[in-house]
Amino acid sequence: MRKLFEKIVQWVLTGSGFVTSIVILLIIGFLFTEGAGLFRGRVIEEGYVLALNKENPVSRLTAEQIKGVFDEDIANWKEVGGPDLPIETFRLEDVDRYFSEEELGPQYERAGEAIVGWVEEHSGAIAFVPRVMIPEEADLHYIEDRTISPAEVFAGAEWFPTATPAPLFGMLPLLAGTLWVSLFAILFALPFGLSVAIYMSEVASERMRSILKPVIELLNGIPSVVYGFFGLIVIVPLLQQGFDLPVGESGLAGSIVLAIMALPTMITVAEDAMRSCPRSLREASLALGATRWQTIYRVVIPASMSGITSGVVLGIGRAVGETMAVLMVTGNAAVIPTSILEPLRTIPATIAAELGEAPAGGSHYQALFLLGVILFFITLVINMSVEYISSKNK
Amino acid sequence: MNKAIFTIFFGVCCCCFSVQAQRIKGSDTVLPLTQELSERYLREHPSSEIVVTGGGSGVGLAALPENTTDIAMASRRIKFGEKMKFAQIGLTVSEVIVAYDALAVVVNPTNPVDRLTREQLEAIFRGKITNWKEVGGDDRKIVVYSRETSSGTYEFFKESVLSNKNYMSSILSMPATGAIIQSVRQTKGAIGYIGLAYLNPYVKALAISYDGGNHYALPSVENAFDGSYPVVRPLYYYYDAKKEAQVAPFISYILSQEGQKLVREEGFVPVKRDDEQEERSKE
Repeated sequence: MRKLFEKIVQWVLTGSGFVTSIVILLIIGFLFTEGAGLFRGRVIEEGYVLALNKENPVSRLTAEQIKGVFDEDIANWKEVGGPDLPIETFRLEDVDRYFSEEELGPQYERAGEAIVGWVEEHSGAIAFVPRVMIPEEADLHYIEDRTISPAEVFAGAEWFPTATPAPLFGMLPLLAGTLWVSLFAILFALPFGLSVAIYMSEVASERMRSILKPVIELLNGIPSVVYGFFGLIVIVPLLQQGFDLPVGESGLAGSIVLAIMALPTMITVAEDAMRSCPRSLREASLALGATRWQTIYRVVIPASMSGITSGVVLGIGRAVGETMAVLMVTGNAAVIPTSILEPLRTIPATIAAELGEAPAGGSHYQALFLLGVILFFITLVINMSVEYISSKNK
Repeated sequence: MNKAIFTIFFGVCCCCFSVQAQRIKGSDTVLPLTQELSERYLREHPSSEIVVTGGGSGVGLAALPENTTDIAMASRRIKFGEKMKFAQIGLTVSEVIVAYDALAVVVNPTNPVDRLTREQLEAIFRGKITNWKEVGGDDRKIVVYSRETSSGTYEFFKESVLSNKNYMSSILSMPATGAIIQSVRQTKGAIGYIGLAYLNPYVKALAISYDGGNHYALPSVENAFDGSYPVVRPLYYYYDAKKEAQVAPFISYILSQEGQKLVREEGFVPVKRDDEQEERSKE
């Protein structure tokens, strides 16, 4: 009977281990398949074409050029390698402005012809219309549609996921923003976290520690939105006045908030590691005539190095993946940051803000999953470096 | 007299269709208004059933031909492409404007600028004008706040003020209207846009002109109501014309005096005066 019970417990334990691993692998697989779908997507919105007058020799436009054309920043065909002709843009949404109801027909069956006619008449025209609307015999010239290339995505500096006709998925600003904010957050949190951990484990009296420890653990229980709101209302105006900035929402505000959020994890884990340093080591050090500071610096810290690093890395992990607080204080401007005092946009904030409205299965949705994949790799690299460091210190 | 006949007619309709739940789906902007209205409506008509869900204007309109909703809420007009799709499967949709929503462009209260034209706004939000002195203000950098791309307000502002062009890439996007107000309040060079209902004394609303500076109007329910304030979007209900009888009682409740009073309480702009409203419900 007892043996059977032990067997069952063993099965349950093995089973839960397997199930967890499989679920994790499935989630990662899902993330990767959705993310990779982006590179099968087309530059121009699904089911649409960009039609030109047949006299126009231009047949290749990058997504950025298409955006420039429809934003009227590029006003002449010669800027994109065509003839010297002013560009006239046409969107399907403008159709009622150009044509009357009679011209379009009661069920809009003549809309395609009307648009084709318009493009044929205007030599500098570019029309953004659904493929099915264009009659087969129409004599028009089309912009070649390509699949989205990895270079455009990973090296692109512009993030315009909802631009029509060609959305831009340049992830460089988001990646740079994430790394930049996390780096500064760690720079702020590391000295503070370590000193508090050392103070609590080595210097503070038993009474002091019994007060401090719950207070610091309390910080961990505060929801991140609250940190975000605190940052927006207190830190942002402070920075704005302190540095005389035109705008207070900046990478610095984000990294300060993240540093505060990373502190409790870092302190708790590092302190536990130092406290579990064997008593015999300390006593040996003191017996050799080392002072208290020498003991901390030469014996306790090296002995608990792996625990301290894992505390730091857990802190970094929290900083890199944090969403809500960053979303509220960094300003979310998708530009590559040149200083920490500028607004920037991080990957988690982008996913959180945009995934809700991105149509499932579309390019925007897949691009957000790809951002998730990038975030996954950042965390993976951090975790692996920790394993490496702690194995070296043993 | 006419009104009485209509009340009876709708009353009968109510009885006929009370068994089937009405499904309303679509724009998140209209969602709170519809929820509030349907709650009141259900209090008066306990036998009927209404299910309201959000998801965005596009989601609601896509659900109409699939017959997974009876009414689609939309904070924008139906797109030509969507109309084409409906026309292909022989679906004719009816359109009702249930309320209007005005957008206010706000700046910091210390900013001396108090009016802008649409062209100036377009240049500011596209990053072509970057200093307040170019539009008659102090020598100060303009800090432009916008909503996230997922917001319908973002799309409407882009369509109406930017004439479908893209915002500049260095625009600061905030997750909520409250965050925009907070930031504009504490940033001297800030400009942003918010729904009329959110306007408060901590930010200053600008008078806006869409005719090159001939007429400026401040955002208010009155100005939006009489049409002098230009940044106003209608909020629509779309439904299959064949199901008119089924959805009519609820829609006529919204357009009634009582419904429109509630629209106003929720911070939206009511549709029409009473006499015109009856015209509409007769159609």
